[in-house]
Amino acid sequence: MAENLNNSTEPADVGEAVIPPHHSEWRRIARVFVRRKISLIGLIIVVILVICAIFAPFIATHDPLKTDLRDVHAPVSTKHFLGTDELGRDTYSRIVYGTRTSLTIGVIAVTSSGIVGMAMGMSAAYFGGLVFALIMRITDALMALPGLIIILLIAGLVGGGIVVVTFALAFGAIAPTCRMMCGQALHIKQNDYVLAGKAMGMGSVRMMVTQIFPNAFAPLLVGMTMAMGMVVLAEAGLSYLGIGIEPPTPSWGAMVNEGQAYILKNPLLSIVPGGAIMMMVFGFNMAGDGLRDAIDPTLRGAI
Amino acid sequence: MAAILEIDNLTTNFYTEYGTVKAVDGVSYYVDEGEIIGLVGESGCGKSVSVLSAMQLIQTPGKIDSGRVIFDGEDILQYDSKGEKMRSIRGGKIAMIFQEPMTSLNPVLSICRQLTEALEIHLDMDIQSARERAIELLSMVGVPEAAVRIDDFPHQFSGGMRQRVMIAMALSCNPALIIADEPTTAVDVTTQAQLLELMNDLVTRLNTSLIIVTHNLGVVARYAQRIYVMYAGRIIESGPSEEIFENPRHPYTIGLMRSIPRLGEKRGGRKLIPIDGMPPDLIFMPPTCAFLPRCTYKTKQCQEEPWPALRQVGEKHRTACFVDIGEKE
Repeated sequence: MAENLNNSTEPADVGEAVIPPHHSEWRRIARVFVRRKISLIGLIIVVILVICAIFAPFIATHDPLKTDLRDVHAPVSTKHFLGTDELGRDTYSRIVYGTRTSLTIGVIAVTSSGIVGMAMGMSAAYFGGLVFALIMRITDALMALPGLIIILLIAGLVGGGIVVVTFALAFGAIAPTCRMMCGQALHIKQNDYVLAGKAMGMGSVRMMVTQIFPNAFAPLLVGMTMAMGMVVLAEAGLSYLGIGIEPPTPSWGAMVNEGQAYILKNPLLSIVPGGAIMMMVFGFNMAGDGLRDAIDPTLRGAI
Repeated sequence: MAAILEIDNLTTNFYTEYGTVKAVDGVSYYVDEGEIIGLVGESGCGKSVSVLSAMQLIQTPGKIDSGRVIFDGEDILQYDSKGEKMRSIRGGKIAMIFQEPMTSLNPVLSICRQLTEALEIHLDMDIQSARERAIELLSMVGVPEAAVRIDDFPHQFSGGMRQRVMIAMALSCNPALIIADEPTTAVDVTTQAQLLELMNDLVTRLNTSLIIVTHNLGVVARYAQRIYVMYAGRIIESGPSEEIFENPRHPYTIGLMRSIPRLGEKRGGRKLIPIDGMPPDLIFMPPTCAFLPRCTYKTKQCQEEPWPALRQVGEKHRTACFVDIGEKE
């Protein structure tokens, strides 16, 4: 490679420079996480949750659905790490399996609403005019209705269940994402490099994907990690209201709900899943924060 | 030599709430193959709009109302501004260099990504060969250690270096014509000279035509073969550079010449004389010559007749003035 360079340009400019290997951005991202302890903790929490979800059968000690009426409200012991509930089901195993439900719903709802919302917001800002008006009126309509009402309506019409809950939560998160992306994109569109890109012959899709999206991504990522927390909480709320995940499937929200009846007798039943929700939200927020700093090229060298 | 780009009677208006801004009003100019021309005029006289119109990059409320832009024998204004044909011209056959090197590069993409973009769009290069070509281009425009700097981001470059990157981007697809819109306005004087020298060198070597749009006569003086002087949306004088500099025939050009200092001039030897007044409001244009209120040569004819068309005053020298100012200056 070096030879053919020297043939085509003045050798003085390149000299004997050997082209170094492509610098890995991954290494820099890793360094950001190592330096920022709180982000690292967040990342570790997320990783643990993912492992729990994938390997739930190996991590859990009991079948989460198996009842044992001779051993209800068992205290913390080596047999039942976190005791049992009113039907004698192992709380620890239910928490582990509940990770699957919460994480699946959270990830799918946030990414799908993120993709749809971003695409809508970006098109609205980029094309302007009629497209802008149309998309903004749609989001206005979505935002005019309280999210919970929409979700209740959907759940009421089609019934509960994990698919419906995921869909309903994703649907509710589209409008805010769309608005945020639209604002970002409108701002970015003003920049000279967008005009320069047009002068370079870029088409609309390429412009949005390669020029506007990378610039808008950092704030949106933070928004999405926050949405992650909100979706998990909303799922918990829906399950609490009894229209979310159908029993006996373990879900953190439903567990908080069931445990509240025994809050004085066996407080662990509510506190543990509540704490799990908190950990998940915290983990995603902190990891997202770190990720935002890690992918921002202008902070290169600063961290 | 054949003209590579010919702009014929171009009119671009901006339809604003306050009225119609006649930004470019029947402008014609051409560039020959391998030629460097200068488009000179003060801020807001329509220089940039005329070149952006040629690329069909005018955004609402602006509209190209008439005229032809002949590139390579075809009227490219007939192409759909978002269509395939127009896109293949932009960047591929006609490239642009913008004024602000600080904002013309995307801050979150590496230099490599930005340089390879055009190569991928127009030349269908794969990533590896595009990267090699990008390094080659970067060293060609004089960025030291190009192979290392290629992975840096724009904020790690100085203004002058960024403008070099812009030049590299413009050159990447071997365009037939480069339009440099105020390429050196945002950088300091030493860098300005280096960049101009570099551009001059590269376009001569690659036989590319170049349009330099500037408000600085000094910038074009040395490199442009021909100069067009614009005022209030029209071309008011055109001709070979030496002619314009040694024998300006339009009162506005004369005013410009008087207001720039020359190298080697004795201190106190000549006073710099600014042009009095302000350029006209492009919404409320007078029916007469737009320079009339500021003109020191005005006659009765100027106040009665509409803006004169360009007329021949030398072999290739044309001016839009009734008065024969002659060669007394």
